[in-house]
Amino acid sequence: MIDYPLLSLLVWLPIAGAAALLAMDAMGNPGCRVMALLVSLATFVLSLSLYTNFDFTTAAMQFQENVPWIEAISANYHLGVDGISMPLIILTTFTTVLVVLAGWEVIQDKAAQYMAAFLVMEGLMNGVFAALDAVLFYVFWEAMLIPMFIIIGVWGGPKRVYATIKFFLYTFLGSVFMLVALIYMYLQADSFSILDFHVLSLGMTEQILIFIAFLMAFAVKVPMWPVHTWLPDAHVEAPTGGSVILAAIMLKIGGYGFLRFSLPITPDASHALDWLIILMSLVAVVYIGFVALVQQDMKKLIAYSSIAHMGFVTLGIFLVFTLMDNNDSLSGAALGMEGGMVQMISHGFISGALFLCVGVLYDRMHSRQINDYGGVANTMPVFAAFMVLFAMANAGLPGTSGFVGEFMVILASFKANFWFAFLAATTLILGAAYSLWMVKRVIFGEIANDNVRQLQDVNKREFVILASLAAMVLLFGLYPAPLTEIMHASVDNLLAHLSVSKLPPAETGIALLEAARP
Amino acid sequence: MIITLTEYLLLSPEIFILTMACLILVVEAFVGDRYRQASYVLAQLTLLVAAFISGSLIDNEALVMLGGMYVHDPMAALLKTSVFLVTIGAFAYARSYMTAQGGLRGEYYVLGLFAVLGMQVMISSHSLLTVYLGLELLSLSLYAMVAFDRDSPTASEAAMKYFVLGALASGMLLYGMSMLYGATGSLDIATIADVISAQGERSLVLVFGLCFIVVGLAFKFGAVPFHMWVPDVYHGAPTAVTLFIGSAPKIAAFAMAMRLLAESMGGLLVDWQGMLMILAVLSLAIGNVVAIAQTNMKRMLAYSTISHVGFLMLGILSGTDSGYSASMFYAITYALMAIGGFGVIILLSRSGEEADQLDDFRGLNDRSPWFALMMLILMFSMAGVPPTVGFYAKLAVLKAVIDVDMVWLALVAVFFSIIGAFYYIRIIKLMYFDEPVTDAPLKINTDLQIAVSTNSLLVLGLGLFPGALLALCNGVLA
Repeated sequence: MIDYPLLSLLVWLPIAGAAALLAMDAMGNPGCRVMALLVSLATFVLSLSLYTNFDFTTAAMQFQENVPWIEAISANYHLGVDGISMPLIILTTFTTVLVVLAGWEVIQDKAAQYMAAFLVMEGLMNGVFAALDAVLFYVFWEAMLIPMFIIIGVWGGPKRVYATIKFFLYTFLGSVFMLVALIYMYLQADSFSILDFHVLSLGMTEQILIFIAFLMAFAVKVPMWPVHTWLPDAHVEAPTGGSVILAAIMLKIGGYGFLRFSLPITPDASHALDWLIILMSLVAVVYIGFVALVQQDMKKLIAYSSIAHMGFVTLGIFLVFTLMDNNDSLSGAALGMEGGMVQMISHGFISGALFLCVGVLYDRMHSRQINDYGGVANTMPVFAAFMVLFAMANAGLPGTSGFVGEFMVILASFKANFWFAFLAATTLILGAAYSLWMVKRVIFGEIANDNVRQLQDVNKREFVILASLAAMVLLFGLYPAPLTEIMHASVDNLLAHLSVSKLPPAETGIALLEAARP
Repeated sequence: MIITLTEYLLLSPEIFILTMACLILVVEAFVGDRYRQASYVLAQLTLLVAAFISGSLIDNEALVMLGGMYVHDPMAALLKTSVFLVTIGAFAYARSYMTAQGGLRGEYYVLGLFAVLGMQVMISSHSLLTVYLGLELLSLSLYAMVAFDRDSPTASEAAMKYFVLGALASGMLLYGMSMLYGATGSLDIATIADVISAQGERSLVLVFGLCFIVVGLAFKFGAVPFHMWVPDVYHGAPTAVTLFIGSAPKIAAFAMAMRLLAESMGGLLVDWQGMLMILAVLSLAIGNVVAIAQTNMKRMLAYSTISHVGFLMLGILSGTDSGYSASMFYAITYALMAIGGFGVIILLSRSGEEADQLDDFRGLNDRSPWFALMMLILMFSMAGVPPTVGFYAKLAVLKAVIDVDMVWLALVAVFFSIIGAFYYIRIIKLMYFDEPVTDAPLKINTDLQIAVSTNSLLVLGLGLFPGALLALCNGVLA
């Protein structure tokens, strides 16, 4: 085991690095990019020891740190990870390295602040995934908005101010209601520990209200239809790095929230309202898939495709109750949940890669419009190969990581309900349609205009970024076992927890009667 | 009446402040221009010593003295210490303002010290008369301070408005107190509380008196619908005065609410709870919504104050110890944020003109990344975004409100704080996303730099480690 505070290091090292970087810049030292790269690499390497030292057999929290923090409200500085949060932390540290690299030459204006903002972001996101105390979680969760707000607003596109304020207010709106729910549970449990919330007995009305408060926070973050409208704006206006972090990590925080808060804290309300989530997810998959089809702007297209793919995540997570009702075995339910989680990780790689691809094109042509391109494969063959691979992965081609998650979720939904599976499977058609049609119009065909003719292929830096992502996409596509292995114990534990009602004895009878009614 | 040694000790901050205020007045009149800073240094030393003394008195037992007119308790000691410390910050900003703008003189410090004395009396009052005495001493000093810049028409107008409305409010308060006296036969806060709890049925005259007292209180707090003076006074007064009015007196107003409502009329909780509820919800709504429409930074902060007062009242109306301590925490931290916010306005002002338009904040990040960051911390703190102290203030108040089963009130409060977030982040937008209107480099003297930096870092530091102050606020009410 590890005897140093690994999780604290993962949270505070990037933040301290960011402070050092700003100080260096203020003293006129030009090495901010190298410094940022070193800090992000160091954090990534550190985070790998989470994997190597991870105990796969237990669902208990590992690498725990627990010290009193605010004694007046009995909030503790309590960190720890399990199989649900650990892969997301490694995804965060991995993506940050790529983002720092991606901004290397492009960002000339206030480069030190740009790099510092991303490092702070990294630390805070690690904090969100590792926090086991509700106040600590909320602090990281909200604080995360500050650097993102700045990133979109300072380095973004022409309509950045509108996009970033919309982003901020939307997410703030969702989360303050969660705060009220957290305080309410604190007063019931007399503790802010998330693990205490998990075992807190709550009546049905309370559960439903708390569930809705959580839903407002997490649905905005995921984002689920119909509260998704901030995402296309934010993505289009954000700089490449901002889009990558948004798509690869921040959206996952919503999915993580469902797994860590909604399901275990309010299992009965989740059960009662799972139709709502499934409905919203299926609408996202089908309707947003069609919306993606007609986009002219590449970033917008990928943004909509992200919403559709995240619909799969929430679908997989909330299928569990239908599956548990259908048959007593939990294996089908585990399939859906793990599918959703694999989809989160895989979408992190794929959407990040696609945004980076668009970034590569944008840096050269300063346009994201599909119509401005055509025949890029002729002048940028290496780049074209990567972009086609990632588009295929986005469409869920077997052999790429995109296939694994989608397949698991569709399989699970088949066991749940034929129509769920039917609707979910439309993504295989729609996803292929919008991804490949974009590739056809941008990459293939005759060279469309002189600008395309003068394009230079990817340089070494861009090659390294895209190649490492391609390696990940293929690795988890061909051999997803390491990923599912991490999750098994935690998912089984969560399912066991969900199969037991949390209602107080007086209400259980009523709930059973209602459930038995045809 | 014999005053014991202990009582002298407990009264020593008041005695010290009074003596020094008189002394500085004399010094100011006799020293020449060469020693202009003498009164500033003396005033700061006075406050520092007073803060030290009253800080060391926090652990002393509660004691009623001076024939029942005056009380020392841990809450009073903590609030006084906060008032001293906040005033030290306010004076530091004020000096930079005076150096840059001219116009104000050493009388600022003298009047400021008298206002501080008034606040001390309010905080420690144990009789309705003492409350009124302290309030008037505070108010009269403030009226004079607002009118300091006598050549400015807006300042004179503000002072006039403040004076007339303030007098009206004092009249209301006094009228309410007289009814309370008529109904209970006493001016002593503890006796009033006993009489009220002894009466099984509350008399009409008592509730009537309560109404007038709440109106007077709301006036002093600046709660809607008694808020009309706030924007005009904040806008019209010199920034150095605005920042003083907007900070420490809120702590004293909290103390007055505690003494009048919680301590003397705790038995009438159900009555004043409903009144404060209306005031709080209206303040949150009007303050946050109208602030969006402002183009002047001082007016915007005035409406922001109104909304913060709404939040502060939520804690008081919950009527529990945890609610009172949440409000106390809110008042203290809000005063800290408020002097910081106005301090940045002073920081941006160029000699001869104030930088109180929102446009003056444009592109601050290009001109000075450090102070843009400091203002960012202050704005996010006012919006209640962690990891700043403003978040814990809101958290504590929400917790108190939910604890007494008023979840809907908490929902209303968070809903309006979303609206409020908009105008705070608009300032950040101006600082970070817009181009500067002027390329003139910021000329900031060193002590102002230190003051703003310390202030903002304190807001951030208390946000990371709020435990000690929260525990202190809980402790003095236990």
